[in-house]
Amino acid sequence: MIPLSHFLILAAILFCISVAGIFLNRKNVIILLMAIELMLLSVNINFVAFSHYLGDTAGQVFVFFILTVAAAEAAIGLAILVVLFRNRRTINVENMDSLKG
Amino acid sequence: MSVDVKEFIPLMPEIFLLSMACIILIVDLYLSDANRSITYGLSVISLAITGLITFQLMPTSPEVVLAGTFVSDQMSAVLKMFVYLVTAIVMVYSGKYLKDRSIYKGEFFVLVLFGVLGMMVMISAHSMLTIYLGLELLSLCLYALVAMHRDSMNATEAAMKYFILGALASGLLLYGMSMLYGASGTLDLGELAKFIAAGDQTDLVLLMGAVFVVVGLAFKLGAVPFHMWVPDVYHGSPTATTLFIGTAPKLAGFAMIMRLLVEGMGDLHAHWQEYLIILAVLSMVIGNVIAIAQTNLKRMLAYSTIAHMGFVLLGILAGNEQGYSAAMFYTIAYAIMGLGGFGMILLLSRKGFEAEDLNDFKGLNDRSPWFAFMMLIFLFSMAGVPPTLGFYAKLAVLQAVVNIEMVWLAIVAVIFSIVGAFYYLRAVKIMYFDKAEDHSPITSSADMRATLSANGLLVVALGIYPSGLIALCVQVFS
Repeated sequence: MIPLSHFLILAAILFCISVAGIFLNRKNVIILLMAIELMLLSVNINFVAFSHYLGDTAGQVFVFFILTVAAAEAAIGLAILVVLFRNRRTINVENMDSLKG
Repeated sequence: MSVDVKEFIPLMPEIFLLSMACIILIVDLYLSDANRSITYGLSVISLAITGLITFQLMPTSPEVVLAGTFVSDQMSAVLKMFVYLVTAIVMVYSGKYLKDRSIYKGEFFVLVLFGVLGMMVMISAHSMLTIYLGLELLSLCLYALVAMHRDSMNATEAAMKYFILGALASGLLLYGMSMLYGASGTLDLGELAKFIAAGDQTDLVLLMGAVFVVVGLAFKLGAVPFHMWVPDVYHGSPTATTLFIGTAPKLAGFAMIMRLLVEGMGDLHAHWQEYLIILAVLSMVIGNVIAIAQTNLKRMLAYSTIAHMGFVLLGILAGNEQGYSAAMFYTIAYAIMGLGGFGMILLLSRKGFEAEDLNDFKGLNDRSPWFAFMMLIFLFSMAGVPPTLGFYAKLAVLQAVVNIEMVWLAIVAVIFSIVGAFYYLRAVKIMYFDKAEDHSPITSSADMRATLSANGLLVVALGIYPSGLIALCVQVFS
């Protein structure tokens, strides 16, 4: 049987990759959306692993809710992306710098 | 498992508002643009009736229903009532601004109502799942509201930034919640509190969960060093949306902190108190200092919000009833002052012109002495000058901090309030002593003028007689 810590380390690595993806990415907004999705999925691994080892189903129910909300969130994110592209003709992260001060 | 119908009674305000939001969504489909004010009327009336239901159902002792996911107590009832009030005022202020920019659509009202529903769920949450769902319902509505002005470059950029950082914050919060779940084996906040009280309080998984949860909360509230999104979003959004984001969600954010940190992790107080001290001090310092450099009024008020959130955190970190009630009083006071501050920007804006620059307020006293006086009251209140509401809010928080023997924190808070007073007074100087460049008359609807005046007078009245509101906040936590 695979010990719990392996799952947690996998989730932690995925989580770090996604956070790094958000902060290091300077090119494309779509990559940001992918990083966000990865972040939510790493949390799901955590919840499922804990839920399995604790023998409690509440964690798995939480995962279903996270998946549903993530879908709604992706829809809104892509909608904003379309509006952004229509206004600027680019989705480069470096060009999102008109608001500052 | 059977569900007793009686369990749904404490949820009546939520159920009613959800039904009304759906009805308004459908009714709005059949209305022409000329009749859009019907949507507005229906929305305000729904909020008023929801308020009546909440008042009728005001519980004397906390009622936990639906398998421990939902709680109705005095704090939730009082905070919800203020959320309805603030939201209704937001709707009154926004009308003309939205019409001038041809975004006076049903979506605005429906999204605001769903956002209110999200806040109500957050305020009444008694499980980490409920908190997350309420928070997401609110956040998704806010992202869409920021992006409502589709042709504006700034609004879409602000929406994208808000979306990315909001989702990051949710991710951090969720990661923390998964750790808390793993350590305790429950999502219920009451059970979590029992587990922490009985068990080992130095469990690393638990502490790591607490850190992530605090970071997520700080992101949502906009406390330094997680504040990057606040100025950009406040600046880029249509001012009507800024008004909404800057006021009502702060009340829900306060409730979220109370539920997660105080009710869920009360026995870890020694740990989260340290985190909150760092956040509060940095927020007060950075917020007040950077606000001085701003020439855009919306950005200036955004940094001032960050500083005010530092004060709210001061109250919470005191960790006793006095501190919580002071923080609640401060949050409510801030929501009322914020309404006025952003309301003034809406009042002076007109078609094709945003009065968001400090220079747009030049010589306001010559153009309209009454509204210059109102703005003076709001700015004085934010700075904490007696006899306004903001003074008592700051006083209550400082008292709570001094009572837990953290005098140095109170001194830091006072010093940076004085630094902050500089930029509020500069705005007052611009209004009263500079010559007006823009002499166009103020064209706003009568209901907005009346409400804004009432808002200003309320800030003074509550400043002179604060005892009622203070007693209410104290009673909630006793």
